Amino acid sequence: MNILEIKDLHKRFGSKEVLRGIHLEVPEHSIFGFIGANGAGKTTTMKAVLGLLQADKGDIFVNGEKVVCGQTKTNRHIGYLPDVPAFYDFMTAKEYLDFCGKIGGTDRETRRNRTEELLTLVGLSEEKHRIKGFSRGQKQRLGIAQALYNRPKLLICDEPTSALDPAGRKEILDILQSVCSETTVLFSTHILSDVERICTDVALLHQGEIAMSGKLHELQQKKAADTFRIQFSDGGELQVKEAELAGTIAALAEANRPIQTIQRQEASLEDLFLEVIQC
Amino acid sequence: MLAMLQKEWMELVRSGRLFSLVVLFTVFGVMNPGIAKLTPWLMEMMAEEMAASGMVITSVEVDALTSWTQFFKNIPMALLAFVVLWGGSLVGELQSGTLTLIVTKGLQRWKIFTAKLSLSILTWTAGIWYCYGITYGYNAYYWDNGIAGGIAEATAAWWLFGLWVIAVMYLFSVIAGTATGAYLGTGMTIAVSYLAGLIPKAADYCPTALTGGMAFVNADSGIEAATCIITVVTLLAAVIIAIPVFNRKQI
Repeated sequence: MNILEIKDLHKRFGSKEVLRGIHLEVPEHSIFGFIGANGAGKTTTMKAVLGLLQADKGDIFVNGEKVVCGQTKTNRHIGYLPDVPAFYDFMTAKEYLDFCGKIGGTDRETRRNRTEELLTLVGLSEEKHRIKGFSRGQKQRLGIAQALYNRPKLLICDEPTSALDPAGRKEILDILQSVCSETTVLFSTHILSDVERICTDVALLHQGEIAMSGKLHELQQKKAADTFRIQFSDGGELQVKEAELAGTIAALAEANRPIQTIQRQEASLEDLFLEVIQC
Repeated sequence: MLAMLQKEWMELVRSGRLFSLVVLFTVFGVMNPGIAKLTPWLMEMMAEEMAASGMVITSVEVDALTSWTQFFKNIPMALLAFVVLWGGSLVGELQSGTLTLIVTKGLQRWKIFTAKLSLSILTWTAGIWYCYGITYGYNAYYWDNGIAGGIAEATAAWWLFGLWVIAVMYLFSVIAGTATGAYLGTGMTIAVSYLAGLIPKAADYCPTALTGGMAFVNADSGIEAATCIITVVTLLAAVIIAIPVFNRKQI
């Protein structure tokens, strides 16, 4: 079953058409990488899913329920982490999470337990000072904790790692990977290595349309199927398409160039990305 | 909504806004009898200078009415300071993005709006009557409040006007989404009401007519029921319009 379905989503800001009929399906319990260049429309799509933005056309369904802009009904299934989460910095992390529980109508005992559980998960259980003094990485971790508070079926993270250093990125990716058994994670990013590291599924947003989507390994295999890498004894290498392989080998033999190995090329996400955007 | 109210209260205390409000209303409360009490001394100090320019001061008498006159002169300043302190409450959250997380948690927007409005109303109510209490106490100690009839009613009229201003401020906060827009919209609405009040036939139907102050005490004019009704109706209208506008506001 799909936790999120987007059908023919259009959005225009003035004369600029940001989304041109997006179709997207996010399967349950996947870690879904929503990739695209800066300004591709990733945040616009996510805000439409959250009912924070009125789309010009199209429908969005979260857990089978239609999203209506300005209404919060479908948000009970969603936890959201914006790219730069803004908190009430006069609160401590514990007070903020307790406040999140109160909003959801959780009783005092459950709130206490859930707050402790989440603070431990994101490594903030020892932080007693107010959020005002938090580093960006600590805020991002608190952002994940608040997003997970109500045990959402869908966790939406908007570029959660883009502003972090390598250690901070690793921490966030590890947390996202650890929660995927409980929830579906949809995260947008333009850092392809992050997607390759933890995602099971991807969609590439390019020029307002979904240019490519599916299981990551299937997409990589599909691309890999027609590309070979030839390594020479002298250390050089060459990439050729399958259709050109026989001809290339013959030419190399004629030129007396010794071949060490011929391997099917494993496509990286970057290859897929570049292929799509160069089309 | 209780959670939001608790959060608002915590913010009021920890941001120092509550302390500022307490200082503000205390200072104004003490200033009213203080200035009245100091007036004869000030006049005496200036008597020589004034005599040189041909003005002779014989004796200056002050009483509770002098203090209450000062009270009604200070209320507009207190209200202005109050609006400045509260004006950024909603728009600050809209601009900083703090509302995004709680709205996406399923908290209905009308609850956010109502919690902020309620606490503003509560602090204005507490503030103005606290200021009134301080002035009343000092006046009772130094003079006799008995000579100033209708003080409570005149203060209540100002209180109601303050509620109207707060509601208008929140309406423009959600419409404009910026503090400047909220202040400008509120200022312009008050100005329109004031200018309309200059037309004799319309005077009783303008909320600014509630700011009579000493005119009500001296019985130069009375608080009209029509003015109160119009003020309450427009106040409620501002709230009723603001909520759906806020619901559609892009966060």
